[in-house]
Amino acid sequence: MALRDELGPYFGEYGGRFVPESLIAALDELSAAYELAKLDPGFQQELTELHRTYTGRPSIITEVPRFAEHAGGARIFLKREDLNHTGSHKINNVLGQALLAKRLGKTRIIAETGAGQHGVASATAAALFGLECVVYMGEVDTVRQALNVARMRLLGATVIPVTTGSRTLKDAINEALRDWVANVDTTHYLLGTVAGPHPFPVMVRDFHKIIGEEARAQILEITGQLPTAVAACVGGGSNAIGIFHAFLDDPSVGLYGFEAAGRGVDTAEHAATITKGRPGVLHGARSYMLQDEDGQTIESHSISAGLDYPGVGPEHSWLNDIGRAHYRPITDAEAMDALRLLSRTEGIIPAIETAHGLAGALQLGKELGPEAIILVNNSGRGDKDMETAAKYFGILDGVAE
Amino acid sequence: MSSKVEAAISAKGKVLIGYLPVGFPSLEGSIEAAVALVESGVDILELGVPYTDPVMDGLVIQEATQVALANGFKLPHAIEAVKQITARVDIPVLLMTYFNPVIQYGVDKFASDLSEAGGAGLITPDLIPDEASEWLAAAEKYDLDRVFLAAPSSTDERLAQAVQNSRGFVYAVSTMGITGARQDVDVAAKSLVARLRNVGATHIGVGVGISNGTQVREVLNYGDGAIVGSALVKALNDGGLTALRSVAAELASGK
Repeated sequence: MALRDELGPYFGEYGGRFVPESLIAALDELSAAYELAKLDPGFQQELTELHRTYTGRPSIITEVPRFAEHAGGARIFLKREDLNHTGSHKINNVLGQALLAKRLGKTRIIAETGAGQHGVASATAAALFGLECVVYMGEVDTVRQALNVARMRLLGATVIPVTTGSRTLKDAINEALRDWVANVDTTHYLLGTVAGPHPFPVMVRDFHKIIGEEARAQILEITGQLPTAVAACVGGGSNAIGIFHAFLDDPSVGLYGFEAAGRGVDTAEHAATITKGRPGVLHGARSYMLQDEDGQTIESHSISAGLDYPGVGPEHSWLNDIGRAHYRPITDAEAMDALRLLSRTEGIIPAIETAHGLAGALQLGKELGPEAIILVNNSGRGDKDMETAAKYFGILDGVAE
Repeated sequence: MSSKVEAAISAKGKVLIGYLPVGFPSLEGSIEAAVALVESGVDILELGVPYTDPVMDGLVIQEATQVALANGFKLPHAIEAVKQITARVDIPVLLMTYFNPVIQYGVDKFASDLSEAGGAGLITPDLIPDEASEWLAAAEKYDLDRVFLAAPSSTDERLAQAVQNSRGFVYAVSTMGITGARQDVDVAAKSLVARLRNVGATHIGVGVGISNGTQVREVLNYGDGAIVGSALVKALNDGGLTALRSVAAELASGK
C-alpha cells in the first residue's frame, strides 16, 4: 500500500481515540460526514471554488536565490502559503471543516490557537459562514500575540484567555475539549492541527495536502524534476504534513520536519517533541510527546507560540519511526537569524514558526550541496510577530534588546 | 474472581461513591480525608490520580490536582495511598486515572502493584473499551474492576459495549458536561440509566453534577450508586476535614 493511502485511525501504533466517551458520538458523526463529503463532488467543488475565490489558491512558489547563497548554493523554493487569505496555511483546513460544520447543522464553532493564526482563520470562516465562534488561547499567548487577539475580536469571535496549566497551546486545547464535551450538540470543534482523536489527524491532513500537490506540480514545471528535499516547521505538524503528503511515495525526495528547540534541546526549554520525547497519549491520540517518567506532560518552550506544544501529530510519529521523514531541532536563535535573513535577502518576512523550516533549509543546503533543490513550506507571514521580532532584534526606537 | 465493588453494591443495595484526589492537600492529608469520607458514610472510594491535562475535570478538581502536582505528587503515591487507606478502612478503593500515566508506568505493572496494594480497580475517563485491550487483559490477570463511562450521546451499541467491558459498575455521566457541582441533577441521567438497564447493566454509578443529599436520593431512585466529586473537593478545600465530614454526612443522608 502506498504511504499516501493511510486513512487512520492508526498510523502504525500511533493515533486512535483516547477521549471521554461523551465525545465519541460527535467524532463518529464527524467521521461519517467527512467520508460522505469526500465522495461528494458538490462538497469538493464548493471547497475548490472557495479556495479559488477566497483563499487565493493556488499559492505561488518563489525561488529565493539571494537567501540560497547562504545555503551552500542549493536552489531553494518557497511554497507561499503566507500569501493565502489570513496569512497562513491554516485557512485550508478551516474552510474545509467549516463547510462540514454547516453540513452537520452546527451553529457554533470553537477553536484553540497558539500563535493566533488558526484562531484568526477560524474567526474568518465563522464570519464568512455566519457561525458563532469561540477561540481558546493560552493567556501567555494572548500577550505575545496581542495583535491576533484584536483581529479575532474584530472578526466577531470571542477570545477566551486560558489561565490553567502552562497557559499556552496545550491548555487551550484542554479547555476547547472541555467546552466540546459540554456543548457537543450545537458545537463543532474546529481543531487546527493534525493531532487529536481520529478523524482529526487524517481530515486536517487531507485539507492541507493541496499544499504539496500544488507545489509538486509547480516545481516539476519549473525545474523539470522533483525536489531533493522538502522542509517545513513542525509543531502539531499541519503545514508539514500538508507539504509532505504529495511526496510520501517519491522515495528520492527527502522529507525534513524542523521542531522548535527553544533555548536548546539539552536545556529544559524546548518543544522538540520527536527529538526528545517518547510515545504516550496526549489530547486524544497516541504519539510522541514531552513527558516525565510518570507520564505527566512537560511544558514546552519556544519563541514561536505556534510551535510551543509538547505533542505532535501521530502521522509524523509514524513517518519518523519508519524512517520516511526526518525530524530535527532548530533553536530560537537559529530561527530568528533565518527570519531576518529571508527578510533582508528576499523581502519576505516569514512567521517565526515558518522561520524554523527556513533555518532547517539553510542546514540542508549545506549538507546536500549545490545540485540540491529544496522546497520549503513558507507557511505563514510574519506580521503577527513584529512585536516579538522588534524586541528580539532591538529595532524599535526606545526598545533595547 | 470477584468484584469488590459489585460485592459492596450487592450488600448495601444503594451506595454513595466519593471522589477525592490523591496528594491534595498533601499525600498524608488526602489519606486522612479519604478515611474521613468512609467514616462519614461513603461506601466506595474513588481516588483521583493528578494529571497535567485533565480534560474531563471541572475547575474545582483541576485546581486541587494542580496543587497536588505542584506539591510533588508522583505516581507511586497513588499506589501508596490505596495501600494505607485499605489498611485502615474496609471498603473498595478504585483509582480514577487518565490513561497516559498508566501507560508510562507500564499497564501490567500498574495493575499488579494496584492489586497488591489492595486496590479494587480503575476508572478510566479517557480510555474507551475500543482502546483498552491491554488494560482489560491486565485487569483480568490481576482480578481488578474496570469501570468505563457511558454518556447520553452514546449509541445503544456503545452502551452495550461499555456494560460488557465494565466490571464493578458502569459509570453513567449524568450530564453532557464535565465534572462540577450543579444545582439540578440532569434529567438525562434517568433516561441513560434506563437505556443501560436495557442492554443488561446490573451495577450503575451515576456521576457528574451531584452536590447534596436530596440529589443523592433522587439519583438512587434509579441508579445503584451516586458518585460525588467536586462537592467533596470543594468542602475539603474550603473547610478542611471538618467541612468534608459534614458535607459527606449530608450526602450520605440521601441514601
